[in-house]
Amino acid sequence: MADTSESKAGDGDLIVIDGVSHTYRTNTGPLPVLDDLTIRVPRHGFSAIVGPSGCGKSTVTRLVAGLMKPDAGSVWLQGERVVSPRSTVGMAFQNPVLLEWRSILKNVMLPLEIVPTRLDAAARERRARDLLKLVGLAGFEDKRPSELSGGMRQRASLCRALVHQPEVLILDEPFGALDAFTREDLWLTMHRLRAEEPFTGVLITHDLREAIFLADEVIVLSGRPATVQYSLQLPDSGPRTLDHLYTNEATETLNVLRDQIRIAREGEEAGQ
Amino acid sequence: MRQVFVRLLAIVIFLCFWEALVWINDWPNYKMASPSDLWPAFWRFKGLFLTFGWETLWRTVVGLLIAIVVGVLFGMIMGFSRVLREGLYPLLVGFNAIPKATVVPIVALMFVGQHDLNTVLIAFMISFFPIAVSVSIGLSTLEPEYRDILRSLGASKVTIFWKIALPKTLPEFFGALKVAVTLAFIGTNLMEIVSPHGRGLGALFDSGKTNSDYPLMFAVLIALAVLGIALYYVVVMLEKIFAGWAERSAE
Repeated sequence: MADTSESKAGDGDLIVIDGVSHTYRTNTGPLPVLDDLTIRVPRHGFSAIVGPSGCGKSTVTRLVAGLMKPDAGSVWLQGERVVSPRSTVGMAFQNPVLLEWRSILKNVMLPLEIVPTRLDAAARERRARDLLKLVGLAGFEDKRPSELSGGMRQRASLCRALVHQPEVLILDEPFGALDAFTREDLWLTMHRLRAEEPFTGVLITHDLREAIFLADEVIVLSGRPATVQYSLQLPDSGPRTLDHLYTNEATETLNVLRDQIRIAREGEEAGQ
Repeated sequence: MRQVFVRLLAIVIFLCFWEALVWINDWPNYKMASPSDLWPAFWRFKGLFLTFGWETLWRTVVGLLIAIVVGVLFGMIMGFSRVLREGLYPLLVGFNAIPKATVVPIVALMFVGQHDLNTVLIAFMISFFPIAVSVSIGLSTLEPEYRDILRSLGASKVTIFWKIALPKTLPEFFGALKVAVTLAFIGTNLMEIVSPHGRGLGALFDSGKTNSDYPLMFAVLIALAVLGIALYYVVVMLEKIFAGWAERSAE
């Protein structure tokens, strides 16, 4: 398969996962995780990927980030095939993975030390400070990560993922370890960030409410090996308030998604 | 200030207890010298204590420095390559399990007459193991997410090592270095005591033994303790400077 003939796959949408299959080789034999998975995210779109535990969601993030290559199929960002990591990607995980020996400000500035940038030292610091202010961490710039709460660390981690103005933001269950109130707070922060500087994003989550609150599209993956089982376009993608989650409409959407997750899990059990 | 006071007080109480113990039991000084016997011993051999103390100190420090270089090197090799870790571990453990007192005569024969080399060698051999192990564990237990954060931005392996792996391993490294300091002193003294016509505090201890000068022997022990404490606190100071972030604030 020549790359040139496939270049159509990269057209249009900013993130294109095209017919990707992948199998891990483990000690107990091959473990197929993805099976002919196709996902497209338009520019400035934000897609949430939900599915049963261990169905290969995190593998999708690693593929998009270029941290690994699929056995079959291809991944495209901005019309270019992903073969290695690229600096136009920002990542945040469930674990904020802040570097304990750096201040919060220096943590946020880390990507700017790696990624080629035209910003001078003062501009970099200004950029980091602006972001921290936007997520409500003004005044904590010089603290160490250990002095911050879990929610605050996750905010700093988001700033680090965004500081180099990536085209693509990959979030792998970033709010999974937080308590409910902190999580809702961070959801609102996400909407603020998106309004302030639009990005194209993929969010892996276990939380269906989170998915419909943050994303424009919710994609339900089937059990292992995962493929797209169901996808749902959400009506308005503008900034939302938490009240939105308590409307009848939201409840109906949640029920539909919950059903789909149930089907995915049953399918997985049947397959075992 | 309070810290210094508490530490000095602890030492004074210890010396009083020691003096009282000897006095109450009425022990002769060949059984147990008392602190009041030590000062005359120090004073009589003050020149020797200074020159031999310096000998012991520099040999220990050089041995320790070599142990750091070799230990970090082994640690990096084992930390980054699983195959080499699996291959080297049993060898290192076996090597470490050999009591160094048995290696001393072998080394002394091997490089006969070269006291400096022998002593530095034993100090190095006895102290490099904890450093190698701690560095390898620190590097191999680095969470993959830490690496991914930089790797996803296209950072090179070298950059990841300098920016993440190395600083993250520093607390473990300093923990091991504190153990290594004491071990290196043991190594130096083993060789100094065994090696004939040796120099250093170990040799002074040995001559105290041959001359039945028991207060001198005890005085050497105290001198060694003082050197040990000094070197230990140098490491603590370096740790504060380079890995102070790992220390949780008390309040």
